[in-house]
Amino acid sequence: MFTLQELRKSVIAALWFMFLTFPILVIRVNPLERTILWRWENMLYVGLGVFFGSYAWRELLRRKERGLKRRAQGQAEEKTGFFQGLAENPKLILPALGLVLGITLLFPHLVNPYQISIMTLALIYVVLGLGLNIVVGQAGLLNLGYVAFFAVGAYGYALLNKHFALGFWTCLPIGAGLAGLFGILLALPVLRLRGDYLAIVTLGFGEITRIVLENWGKFSGGPTGIRGIPRPEFFGISFSLSEAILYIYYIMVFAVILTIFVINRLQNSRLGRAWVALREDEIACQAMGIDKAGVKLSAFALGAMWAGMAGVIFAGYNTYINPKSFTFMESVIILSIVVLGGMGSILGVVLGGLIMILLPEYLREVGNYRMLIFGSAMILMMVFRPQGLIQSKRKAYEFHQDKGAA
Amino acid sequence: MEQFLEYFLSGLTRGSIYALIALGYTMVYGIIGLINFAHGEIYMIGAFTALITATALAVMGFPPLAILLLAGLAAIIWSAAYGFTIEKVAYKPLRSAQRLSPLISAIGMSIFLQNYVMLAQTSDFLRFPALIPEFQWLAPWSHIINTPRFIILATTAVVMVLLTLLIRYSRTGKAMRATSQDREMALLVGVNVDRVISSTFIIGSSLAAVGGVLIASYIGQINYFVGFIAGLKAFIAAVLGGIGSIPGAVLGGLILGWTESFATGYISSEYEDVFAFALLVLILIFRPAGILGKNSTQKV
Repeated sequence: MFTLQELRKSVIAALWFMFLTFPILVIRVNPLERTILWRWENMLYVGLGVFFGSYAWRELLRRKERGLKRRAQGQAEEKTGFFQGLAENPKLILPALGLVLGITLLFPHLVNPYQISIMTLALIYVVLGLGLNIVVGQAGLLNLGYVAFFAVGAYGYALLNKHFALGFWTCLPIGAGLAGLFGILLALPVLRLRGDYLAIVTLGFGEITRIVLENWGKFSGGPTGIRGIPRPEFFGISFSLSEAILYIYYIMVFAVILTIFVINRLQNSRLGRAWVALREDEIACQAMGIDKAGVKLSAFALGAMWAGMAGVIFAGYNTYINPKSFTFMESVIILSIVVLGGMGSILGVVLGGLIMILLPEYLREVGNYRMLIFGSAMILMMVFRPQGLIQSKRKAYEFHQDKGAA
Repeated sequence: MEQFLEYFLSGLTRGSIYALIALGYTMVYGIIGLINFAHGEIYMIGAFTALITATALAVMGFPPLAILLLAGLAAIIWSAAYGFTIEKVAYKPLRSAQRLSPLISAIGMSIFLQNYVMLAQTSDFLRFPALIPEFQWLAPWSHIINTPRFIILATTAVVMVLLTLLIRYSRTGKAMRATSQDREMALLVGVNVDRVISSTFIIGSSLAAVGGVLIASYIGQINYFVGFIAGLKAFIAAVLGGIGSIPGAVLGGLILGWTESFATGYISSEYEDVFAFALLVLILIFRPAGILGKNSTQKV
């Protein structure tokens, strides 16, 4: 492993990256005061980092190659990872579910309201991740404007409440329905498009929604947004602040459970299988007599509905919304939740959502590097572990060749 | 009439920049069928490299013309190097992967590069030095066309001609066309496909760098986020003209430039980006292959 050839490769990589990052990382100019700051120490860090990093990079690539080759020859189940093993052990499922439920219910009584509200936010992202998972993970349609549906839900509640004094519980289904309608509206023109075009059109749709919200001041309050959105009440009883935080937390826990239940049921339904078929091969899927348009529309609409629901809850949770909460970067964060967790896997997305939102909250120092880490994590995951933290395993009939008979 | 001419020219300038960036998208797409999301970031890095080099050289006291040439050269070299490296790191290991994987990797790369520049430099807008001198001989026509615009149009025209010659007559160009028609067949007849892909990224990135330097010195300020929206617009231009088609990218860029310029001029400037996306949706509904693209039927 530590041969001369390997050493040469690493040295070359280190020198190349030192050259590459030279102008951006080393020199810092101030055009107004006409001063230059040389930061040579950065070059040293890059050199050392790349030197050792490239060893790991090549080793991991080799390992992946070996795994692929083994699978191609059809031999030996690859080793299941630690998380994967835990997730698939049938004996552990019931106790694990009980433990998680216990923790979720006890959690708010052990920590302060701030922690509860962070957790609520993380749960909102879990629901968003699960919703996007339908579109990206199952149906294989890359939607980069997902946050627009979130915005539709949030603004739907805020505006309906402002103009028609509708309450939270009335708005929850209306918001979800509105978002679903938007999903269908967006899906109609893009039904014929292939994956990459779809990504751009949805991205454009998300940006248009944000721009309209920012500029159409009379309708949406412009960049300042809408304040004073009421928190959810319970059959006409409204709560004090700390009670309301707790209440929204429980609403969110319920929403997550509902989402998981529905999506789990969908996964093995006729529609769920049609989505997977669409993802794997569009042409073969059509040839099998699946209505491509209908299946795509339903994926978009259902994904959008969950985002709309999360949006209504978000508006009630924050009591204040503005277009800043609905930028392209939010779409990217939700997408990375799905990608990191494992496309198509429910447990993976739940874990991904909690990690992605809670980690930066508790490690404040990484806050600045958050997006940098997200970006590199997306690349590394795609290169080395495209199936995510927890791979979704589909039910399948497998044919095992009997070794003795052959 | 005066106003119309003004919009027409500003659309033309804008459009030729879009075209320069769109060429990179279209060439990469033509060869490996991937939307290189990080392409806009290459353009931004080109502009940043030019700004850093130009300011550093100005502080050291170089003459303006030398600064212009050296800054442009540095931008091209480093952008090409970034393009080359991005392909090796984020796309090459994924050649045989699922359709969605390289796309997500590309988005990751784009976000990584944006934040890398933001953290290493600054999140504020930086003033870009006025590199382009005023041409005295253009003075009589100054009410129609000013020097920066003239330079942008002339440079774009020269670059386009060079690129066309390169693709039509050089060995690399032939290999590129062969690879884009049928990668496996090209491999069989002895084309080094890996090298062709690398050179595509290098050429595309150099074009983006030229575009970046030109537009940055025209507008006069840059920050780490300029690549994102410019990249999107250039992508729209590429789709408009028919992705994979080089004259299509130029045509698409110009049409997009004019659309934006006339629409912001006559309708509303707040919704500038909306027009571009609306145009994209329209073209995808009515002619998904683009204006010059061939309608190819997918065979199984």
